[in-house]
Amino acid sequence: MNPNLTNRWGNRVILGVTIAAAIVWVAPLLWVLLLSFKPNELLAQRTDILLAPPYTLKNYSDILGTSLVFRWIANSCVVAFGQTMLVLLLSSLAGYGFARTEFPGKTWLYRFVLAGLAVPQTAVVIPLHRMFADLGLHNSYAGLILPGLAAPFGVFLMTQYFKAIPRDLEEAALLDNASRWTVFTRVILPLSLPVQATLGIVTFLSAWNDYLWPLISATQSDHYTLTLGLASTQTNFAQSEGLGFLMAQAVFAAAPVLVLYAYFQQYIVAAVAGTKVR
Amino acid sequence: MMRDLPSSVQAKPRLGTSTGWIGLLFIAPFLLCYLALLVWPLLNGFWLSFHAIDLLSNMGRWVGVTNFIDLLQDEMFVRSALNSLLFAALCTPVMVITGLALALALNRPGRTTAILRGIFFGAGVLSVTIVTLIWRLVLLPERGLLANAMHGMGMAAVAPLNHEWLALPAVALATVWWGIGMPMMLFLASLQQIPHDVYEAAALDNTSRWRSFRHITLPAIRHGVILVAVTQMIAQLQVFGQVQLLTQGGPNNSTRSLVMFVYEAMFEQWQLGYAAAGAQALFLLMLAGMSLQGWLERRAGKAQA
Repeated sequence: MNPNLTNRWGNRVILGVTIAAAIVWVAPLLWVLLLSFKPNELLAQRTDILLAPPYTLKNYSDILGTSLVFRWIANSCVVAFGQTMLVLLLSSLAGYGFARTEFPGKTWLYRFVLAGLAVPQTAVVIPLHRMFADLGLHNSYAGLILPGLAAPFGVFLMTQYFKAIPRDLEEAALLDNASRWTVFTRVILPLSLPVQATLGIVTFLSAWNDYLWPLISATQSDHYTLTLGLASTQTNFAQSEGLGFLMAQAVFAAAPVLVLYAYFQQYIVAAVAGTKVR
Repeated sequence: MMRDLPSSVQAKPRLGTSTGWIGLLFIAPFLLCYLALLVWPLLNGFWLSFHAIDLLSNMGRWVGVTNFIDLLQDEMFVRSALNSLLFAALCTPVMVITGLALALALNRPGRTTAILRGIFFGAGVLSVTIVTLIWRLVLLPERGLLANAMHGMGMAAVAPLNHEWLALPAVALATVWWGIGMPMMLFLASLQQIPHDVYEAAALDNTSRWRSFRHITLPAIRHGVILVAVTQMIAQLQVFGQVQLLTQGGPNNSTRSLVMFVYEAMFEQWQLGYAAAGAQALFLLMLAGMSLQGWLERRAGKAQA
């Protein structure tokens, strides 16, 4: 009896501590959210007022009125969607090749591709910058999208997934004289929707949030992604004249991603839990 | 076993094992991207690091290992490399311990725990720009959330980002806030692979929480722990956006990181070969980290046997 009772109390204490930690965790977001509706002039004097009036929407209208923010959102959408679609396509094809076909040297080729997982972005950005400059690809969608396509993780994920699909399904189709391509598009792809969602979400988030490559490749402000564009507007931070404006910017950029996250949370969680641990 | 025989000898040939080169056609599109956008740049970067090249003139001349010798004598490089190592050393244990603690606390079904998991993972979907913006507002001298909280408790407010010794830990704090979700999820995934009856047996023996953690949980998830520690170390060694946006490397270079050094050597001093050599140094550090993982895995495997 007794250990059970202490166990239950222990559980309550642990949950209580975790909830307290969660409150600390969201506090910065809530504080920024509340202050984003305050006039800049007030915030120049004090920031310890939360719910008391006055309120204003001016900070948000300033964002919409004065910057290239919609252009940056559009750029981010094109880059993130484009990169995601292409990564899914290339990784599925290569995954099928590695999982289900045989040719001389396949094992070595697979190892060669996986070795790429060890390469840091920093080791390739300088040569990539030169190469893209020679090709005239900077400040273009292609320039922002292409480097993300050389990611071995997707190939690894797809190969592992396709290997686990029972061969019988495929063999029935091949006996009916279906081509490899037909088998791939009609049998394998429809069976792989969960892993496509997983890889899609992971790729989309990393493309949407990338900072280093857009910073190097996009030098004209109308080619910035949202991540880079917002960073570029924060240069005169030291004076912090427009605190409320900065707060509104943080909320403006965080809110859509957080809402999407709340909506797709279960898929994202499954994606993370399912992919990174064998 | 069947596969090793020539197909003519096999009694019942498996389809898909003797299709010649068609498999390569499936792999070719990715392979072209991989060779052009990763393998070639990597080799090119290696080659560049033995040259003195100016970004503007684009003319290179072979200088051998001069860049690497210069790096070791460059106070800024050494400082940046040490900062990156220190940053990884600060973040990794916190990520592992906090991530594991959260995973243990939240490893049960129910709506409350699901919401809490969502909260801790949520910040991870934000971009580095937003995270640093939020944390600059939190850490603002006098008017930040931290300053307000400290005033509220009757303490004198500090401004960690302006303080030489506190700046790097403050960046690490923001990074843990941002990135704790991934370690937590990885630990949850490994915790859920432990069979439940082991704990039931322990509960019958009145085993304490701590003892069952030490003797059941920890041994069962050690691969997860190694995985999280090494992936975090590798990720944090590459810290760039947070320091560039939060502190610009200051105060007094106390937060200048290795990637930031490479970026500045390239785009502010236009010393291409020198920057490439700095990038190779980072690559070496990461390879060392990964060999550490291999070594730990083998040791863990031996301990089990």
